[in-house]
Amino acid sequence: MIRENSELLIEITDLHASVEDQPILNGVNLKIKAGEIHAIMGRNGSGKSTLSKVIAGHPAYKVTSGSISFQGINLLELEPEDRARQGIFLGFQYPIEIPGVSNLEFLRVATNSRRKQLSHEELDTFEFEDVVREKLKIVQMDEAFLNRSVNEGFSGGEKKRNEILQMALLEPMVSILDETDSGLDIDALQIVAAGVNKLAKAETATLLITHYQRLLNEITPDFVHVMAAGKILKTGNKDLALELETSGYEWVDQEIKNEAGNS
Amino acid sequence: MANQTSVAEIVSEPYKYGFVTDIETEKIAKGLSEEVIHLISAKKQEPKFLLDFRLKSYRQWLKMKEPNWAELKYPPIDYQDIIYYAAPKQNEKKSSLSEVDPKLLETFDKLGIPISEQKRLSNVAVDAVFDSVSIATTYKEKLAEHGVAFCSISEAIVEYPELIEKYLGSVVPFSDNFFAALNSAVFSDGSFVYIPKGVDCPMELSSYFRINSGDIGQFERTLIIAEEGSSVSYLEGCTAPMFDTNTLHAAVVELIALNDSSIKYSTVQNWYSGNEKGIGGIYNFVTKRGHCRGKRSKISWSQVETGSAITWKYPSCILQGDQSIGEFYSVALTNNKQKADTGTKMIHIGENTRSTIVSKGISAGQSSNSYRGLVQIGPKASGAKNYSQCDSMLIGDQAEANTYPYIRSQQPESSIEHEASTCRISEDQLFYLQSRGIGFEEAVSMMVSGFCRDVFNQLPMEFAAEADKLLALKLEGSVG
Repeated sequence: MIRENSELLIEITDLHASVEDQPILNGVNLKIKAGEIHAIMGRNGSGKSTLSKVIAGHPAYKVTSGSISFQGINLLELEPEDRARQGIFLGFQYPIEIPGVSNLEFLRVATNSRRKQLSHEELDTFEFEDVVREKLKIVQMDEAFLNRSVNEGFSGGEKKRNEILQMALLEPMVSILDETDSGLDIDALQIVAAGVNKLAKAETATLLITHYQRLLNEITPDFVHVMAAGKILKTGNKDLALELETSGYEWVDQEIKNEAGNS
Repeated sequence: MANQTSVAEIVSEPYKYGFVTDIETEKIAKGLSEEVIHLISAKKQEPKFLLDFRLKSYRQWLKMKEPNWAELKYPPIDYQDIIYYAAPKQNEKKSSLSEVDPKLLETFDKLGIPISEQKRLSNVAVDAVFDSVSIATTYKEKLAEHGVAFCSISEAIVEYPELIEKYLGSVVPFSDNFFAALNSAVFSDGSFVYIPKGVDCPMELSSYFRINSGDIGQFERTLIIAEEGSSVSYLEGCTAPMFDTNTLHAAVVELIALNDSSIKYSTVQNWYSGNEKGIGGIYNFVTKRGHCRGKRSKISWSQVETGSAITWKYPSCILQGDQSIGEFYSVALTNNKQKADTGTKMIHIGENTRSTIVSKGISAGQSSNSYRGLVQIGPKASGAKNYSQCDSMLIGDQAEANTYPYIRSQQPESSIEHEASTCRISEDQLFYLQSRGIGFEEAVSMMVSGFCRDVFNQLPMEFAAEADKLLALKLEGSVG
């Protein structure tokens, strides 16, 4: 929800980043305030996923110039774990399997690292089980998932629900959900979307990265950004997503050409 | 941004047990000869059969060659430059712990193995071996009430000569291999366990081996006998001070399981492994073998091998009794210049015998870590089954992992399964954990301990957490 005086959570300024010396982001500018839901759309290779990984601090992506500040902190100076503790959450497009590490233990250690940052009491095994049982309801997950290894052998939908479960436990300030809708059937999509809606609060913000309108039917964005060639090309409201759905991305190519012609 | 520290950098933790106890030690002169063997035997006031056993072994050893088939390269060992007997000086035989030199008790306290009456572990009986001799064995009386004998092998030679004569060398013959022959000639002390018929040993038994002197070799000898229908769980731990020379450790362990008995033998080996350049450290050449002599008997080996410059060790099971079971669960972690060549042999002789092998090797630094295992199914072992799983984890890009599984079957009615995998801790896995607020170091240690879970689950409860901590320590470093 857009409100006049809400806090500025994230400010990305002229961000350039590359992977293996290949520039991927070419000057991204974005401001996200508390209470808002943003969606970034764009084709494969437009830089959407890269942006999410750069915010979270993936070591393979090098920031070559520009800045990201989060509640006034220079995010780029922080290790990924410190970004997470501060309240940045990245929901992975392809959640990683970690054989042998129990999901329950993983969730507990992660939750406690965030709680510690917030000066909350850390939870012991028993206390944590009570907490996690409550949160499981949000994503309609069975307790059996807790005793398995992290994401190992989970179906696509189960992995995504496990991501939202982590989001529920970590109570982040800014949640970036990278193609959370991909690979989900309509039921799973609705469960995941309902979870995200339920977790959205006036003091937090959400950044959705998606190809498709169908997620945006479930979670209504306040802003829709179109990304191409490593930049945000256009920003609008939810109607922009609908427009993309009907007319496709050809006009984006046209705009890039025009821009190239002008410069 | 990102990590200033690589995984390889954090897998180094200073060795915590590297101190030397300043205590007066009685040592014999360097070198090995028949005279030295006479001297050792005389010091221990041994019966004649044992002296003969030693001499026979020594003469055999002289004819043998040091094995060189393992993935281990090390400078030649000068066997005449080693002291074969060293013992802390103390007054004659101790009747109670209060008479043991407090410095020795303190040493074991410092190692986390308290043996004094007030501090000893509840429910774990400990035999503490310092250089060549056993210092103390706790809970002896309590165990005796159940008919369980748990003492140093030197005492057993005096008190149970008939058991020693019957079983010593019956599983690992003195001529078995170069290091076993050497051990049989010069072994100084070690633990002895006898569990009578039908008795479930009421406590965990544990031996703790401590090398203190730099120029001695430690040659301990352990013998465990489980009579019909009995069971026991035994754990050994080892540490040594840091010296810039290499110290030889050549142990022999023999287990005998009769009908319906079971022996669980766990090792947490943390000998000094040398510095990051590979200087110093223990050469660990060990022959461990269990004989499932009886029907439906079971022998289970679990080992967590983290120390030593060189490890050469293949705890094995001879599955002679029908329906007997052999197990081997191993975690071997090597770092810096450490080299480990370890595995098992499962020799199926009886019908419907079963064996399970789970081996997890973790190689970091410039270390080399090899699994070497033999599964042999004899012509009479119809219905025999084996399952083997050998997984390797590489940390950094300079470490080496090898797997050498040997399979020989002379029995068509048998089944052998072998699975193997090699993995590397991936950047994506680390990033995933980090992006949930879990620190880099903790993430690595979480994944390593996850990798080893199948083996840790096999350790006695009191020590599973200990082993987990030990690995975490080894992987802990300079982050932050």
